[in-house]
Amino acid sequence: MIKSILLHGAVIALLIVLEPVLSEYHHGNLARILVLATYAVGYNILFGYTGLLSLGHAMFFAAGMYGCALMVRLAEWSVGPAFLFGVVCALVAGLVVGMLALRTIGVGFMIVTLMFAEAAHLTIAYYNEYTRGDEGFTIPQAVRTVAGLDLSDTTTRYFAALVLFSVCLIGSAALVQSRAGRVLVAIRENEDRVRMLGFNPFRYKLLALVLSAVMAGAAGAAYAVLFGYAGSTFASVQYSIFPLLWVLLGGPGTTLGPLLGTVLMFYLVDYASGTVMPGLAAFVEGSFGIEAPGLASAYLLLVGIALVLLVLFAPRGVLGVVRARVMPWLP
Amino acid sequence: MDFLSYLPFDLPHPALLLAGVLEGTVLAAVLALTALGLSIVFGIMRVVNVAHGEFYMLGAVLAWFVTTWVAAVTGGPPWLGFAVALVIAPLVVGAIAAATDWLVLKRLNYDPEATIVATIGILYIIQQLALTFYGPYARPVEAPFDFRVATPYFGYSGYKLVVVGAAIALMLVVWLVLTRTRIGLVMRATQYDRETAQAFGIPVDKVYAGVFALGAGLAAIGAVLIVPIRQADYLMGGDPLLLSFIVVILGGLGSLRGTLVAALFIGLADGLISTIYDATLAKILATLLVAMVLVFRPQGLFGARAA
Repeated sequence: MIKSILLHGAVIALLIVLEPVLSEYHHGNLARILVLATYAVGYNILFGYTGLLSLGHAMFFAAGMYGCALMVRLAEWSVGPAFLFGVVCALVAGLVVGMLALRTIGVGFMIVTLMFAEAAHLTIAYYNEYTRGDEGFTIPQAVRTVAGLDLSDTTTRYFAALVLFSVCLIGSAALVQSRAGRVLVAIRENEDRVRMLGFNPFRYKLLALVLSAVMAGAAGAAYAVLFGYAGSTFASVQYSIFPLLWVLLGGPGTTLGPLLGTVLMFYLVDYASGTVMPGLAAFVEGSFGIEAPGLASAYLLLVGIALVLLVLFAPRGVLGVVRARVMPWLP
Repeated sequence: MDFLSYLPFDLPHPALLLAGVLEGTVLAAVLALTALGLSIVFGIMRVVNVAHGEFYMLGAVLAWFVTTWVAAVTGGPPWLGFAVALVIAPLVVGAIAAATDWLVLKRLNYDPEATIVATIGILYIIQQLALTFYGPYARPVEAPFDFRVATPYFGYSGYKLVVVGAAIALMLVVWLVLTRTRIGLVMRATQYDRETAQAFGIPVDKVYAGVFALGAGLAAIGAVLIVPIRQADYLMGGDPLLLSFIVVILGGLGSLRGTLVAALFIGLADGLISTIYDATLAKILATLLVAMVLVFRPQGLFGARAA
């Protein structure tokens, strides 16, 4: 327990210390990563600890994002209450989807969540009069203030993202080391035995799904507020796959895995699409005379390769391996 | 038809209705082929192939490469290139699918959840490689022949009707192979009980690779047939994937007869609703319907028996 508190404290302290040190570029990246990692932390509660693989988490992220952004845009709410409204939207979505989808298991659960998310994505496109569909809309800088703090200021934005991330990280660490958390892990390992011991797995799974949706929604709402943009891409299948990939990479069922996976994948894609892919495209065209007109923009290729390699060779992720080999106490 | 004037809503013009039915039939035919591929793979291998739409896209893109290449080399008529594409595209796509099965799915022991994640990865790999080498363009392929069928309201493309006929013929062939030949028997035996089949000397690994190739090949043929109607682009796999999922789930996972009935139903409904109302609305309703079917009636709406 002490080790766990020290470890999480050290990670958060490191993120605080990094703030004044980082270059402007990495500073902006890390603020974005922290918001996305919050999304991944939420995803991990359901996937990593409870063993439920959702393919539709983008709907919760989008529920938070649009719940918040539409209130600012159409009802002219200030961002504080709008953020809370976004979180409530995600909570309600989590409850409704959970009540229905948790009646299925395994592959059924994956496809049901995928279909609900696709319906949500299409609905956002259908009402493009309000949501502006793919193109999305911006939230003007003037209204992005809360309690006198300008959230578009880079330092404020960084710390706002860090506060959100820290709350969710500590929340998830506390959850998984609590009694309820151990029931979730037990459900992942053997649901029938949990039922036999007198627990109601459905209630615990619903709890995990709703908490997961709330964190995803908080991340979505925070994204809208901090970066001033909402668009239907964030509701697409891609944004349901991303948290899965981040968590798989960092280590499903480890509290810090989501952050590690998000950081690694973000910089891998950033480095590859900025440096490697354009160079590779020039090389392929120059040396083999094969035209590769889309290589420079094909960063999702890395997402695909990473998914296949992880599933084949490292389903436990980076921190999963670390836990198995070096630090068995890792939460 | 005077009583129609008492209806509480305006009926669409008969020309629009006819157009909707015709477009819906063409969509249903190609959809049935594509969904049949997905259904066979799920029925026999218990693998949900999320990359199925990309095999379809690959078929269309290959059709463009082949027809362009044939036209450039031989200078022959459009039907020649099209005929070559109709043979080569499904073979190449089938070979890629068999390699995928051998390199990835087999190594995962066909674990249902792991294979879904892996096929999502494969989806991105195929899609992005197509973007890399084909580029972000939408390119047309010329129809192999051009004649129009007269209807009371408008001339309709004869090629589209041939597509419907070809799809029906292909599905008949698949059905005959599955029910009347030794290969089909071996496939069904593998579906029924994998381990017993293996014990009886059936090369289960090869059957799985073959089934996966067959499923992908069917999607590729569907795409070659559709590409003279609709251009080829690297993102075209998304829609058929979603629709195939809808069809296969509504029809009952793994049930071939259910798949066909559902394909006809969804194809016609989609053709009518998107011609007359709005395509997005039709898809929203269909996806919600699928989710509800999986939650409340996982055996599907039509027939629960596996074919």
